[in-house]
Amino acid sequence: MMNKQGRPTTGTATNGGELATISGHRGLDREVKLIFETGRPGACGVDLPEPELKHDRLGGLRRRGAIGLPGLSEPEVVRHFVRLSRKNYAIDYGLYPLGSCTMKHNPRLNEKMARLPGFADIHPLQPVSTIQGALSLIDHLAHWLKLLTNMPAVAMSPKAGAHGETCGLMTIRAAHHAKGEAHRTVVLVPESAHGTNPATAALVGYTVEEVPANERGRVDVAALKAKLGPNVAAIMLTNPNTCGLFENDMIEIADAVHKAGAYFYCDGANFNAIVGRVRPGDLGIDAMHINLHKTFSTPHGGGGPGAGPVVLSAALAPFAPVPLILHGANGFELIEDDAAAKSHDAKPFGRMTAFHGQMGMFTRAMAYMLSHGADGLAQVAGDAVLNANYILASLKDVMSAPFAHSGPCMHEALFDDSFLKDTGVTTLDISKALIDEGYHPMTMYFPLVVHGAMLIEPTETESKHALDEFIHVLGTLAKEAKGNDKRRFEGAPHFAPRRRLDETAAARKPVLRWTPPAKAQAAE
Amino acid sequence: MTTKYTKDHEWVRVEGNVATVGITAYAAEQLGDVVFVELPAIGKAVEKGGDAAVVESVKAASEVYAPISGEVVEVNSALVDEPAKVNAEPTGAGWFMKLKVKSAGELNGLMSEAEYNDYVKGL
Repeated sequence: MMNKQGRPTTGTATNGGELATISGHRGLDREVKLIFETGRPGACGVDLPEPELKHDRLGGLRRRGAIGLPGLSEPEVVRHFVRLSRKNYAIDYGLYPLGSCTMKHNPRLNEKMARLPGFADIHPLQPVSTIQGALSLIDHLAHWLKLLTNMPAVAMSPKAGAHGETCGLMTIRAAHHAKGEAHRTVVLVPESAHGTNPATAALVGYTVEEVPANERGRVDVAALKAKLGPNVAAIMLTNPNTCGLFENDMIEIADAVHKAGAYFYCDGANFNAIVGRVRPGDLGIDAMHINLHKTFSTPHGGGGPGAGPVVLSAALAPFAPVPLILHGANGFELIEDDAAAKSHDAKPFGRMTAFHGQMGMFTRAMAYMLSHGADGLAQVAGDAVLNANYILASLKDVMSAPFAHSGPCMHEALFDDSFLKDTGVTTLDISKALIDEGYHPMTMYFPLVVHGAMLIEPTETESKHALDEFIHVLGTLAKEAKGNDKRRFEGAPHFAPRRRLDETAAARKPVLRWTPPAKAQAAE
Repeated sequence: MTTKYTKDHEWVRVEGNVATVGITAYAAEQLGDVVFVELPAIGKAVEKGGDAAVVESVKAASEVYAPISGEVVEVNSALVDEPAKVNAEPTGAGWFMKLKVKSAGELNGLMSEAEYNDYVKGL
């Protein structure tokens, strides 16, 4: 017998949610004010005794006004951040196809290992004898990185990809100076490079010259050779490159670069596509950073800085920055300064960080490597490439893929906006419509060598089922755009907590900080 | 008074010895809303094809190249506060700089309006 007394289990028709709520919230998705706009002055989440200040040494620097912190109890603070976190999109929530970011799953094993107190609760200034385990882990990780890249040395301390680039170029500069070749002032960068490459070269004091791409999306080797000369210090090349393509002419490029007396820097951001299958040292590379936080999981950092160790060739190895880890008579030793390094035949250019690097990321990367094994890492690369090619093959006819004619892609599938020509729909509209469909958009308008670029990197951790769903959604959007059905695109996103933002106003008149209402009124 | 165009979508209009330089309507449309313009210093010597200014939109930052060589004698400083002029009137109030022409012969290698329009159609 049907229960007619209880509450209805099917919804009654509503007016489509157009009636504004009394509270301003939308269902269980609550609006969140800035933390400064909530709370009451004087409220506090902790109960501390007033400090007994006998000597106030602040003098004229003593604060005169209120500090202006928001007054909130502990549950209010917790709710504030939990509500914010529910508006966040994360790899733990859904497919995150952001090209060039390698948004792969974070195995929970890594997190467990990184939280072991022997790794998590130590201090960099502890006596070396008490952190032998941590140093052993760094040394093991360094060993694996050297093995995977076939390079003789690695600088472990850089804390991000761009930081690694800086480390690599500073090593190259030190090597040139040691040879009396300080007159080499130019760094060559292909036009498809990550923006960090020319920025790094400029930061280190080099002049950047661009190398064009050919019609296959690879570096134009003839144009590169024409630019090589006695003033060139290095070339910075990304392989696989930002078009998601393998640079086929690496050895020819390396030979030409070395013949001209320059060094070959490789941006290793896309190492995920070749890990366990290609060793950069075999391609004639002199320096390459490895984004531990991409290839070895924990993409977009792990709640802290990333880690960008730089592997170095024999020619550059002596110039690696301190600290260095040595196997001494009493276990592992840390070489912290130039004088100590010199007694070990090293000529470090200096130091990149206060201490030895990002321990949490080292631990996660080591756990990732050991749990995958050599065969597992090779399969990571294979599956990442397979997934990207599945997307490319499924969508290249309904969208437009500028380099699909040149063969399979590597870890990411690149589309341009020529299929949107004369539709009035843009790459930006497609991205916003994807938000409505529950996906973080792909990388858009990058690389710059492709018009209206859409760069999709699914990574190896997505199942075929997840890829099929995504392909169905993106393919349907592409078909609707080409069929001049713009309903999903105009004004999208329709279902996000905020509608489309005015990026122009945000860039022209940015509001960079909150101002208390009283002050804001006084300023007017 | 003639207006000439480059393949990099700059226009140059010469009156007497002074050339006014800006970006074309096609370039402005491709860039999208311009949010920032960096202009050269007055007195700076620019080379044909060399960097002369920077224009930044929501999508990208791009160099504006000097269509001809010359010395910068005036810049449109109104663009600093109102970069939207580049989108609204790219060939009028959205001009970038005025150059003292170094060699009028350099103009011969540039495109006429009709040639530029054909060039854009082919893109």
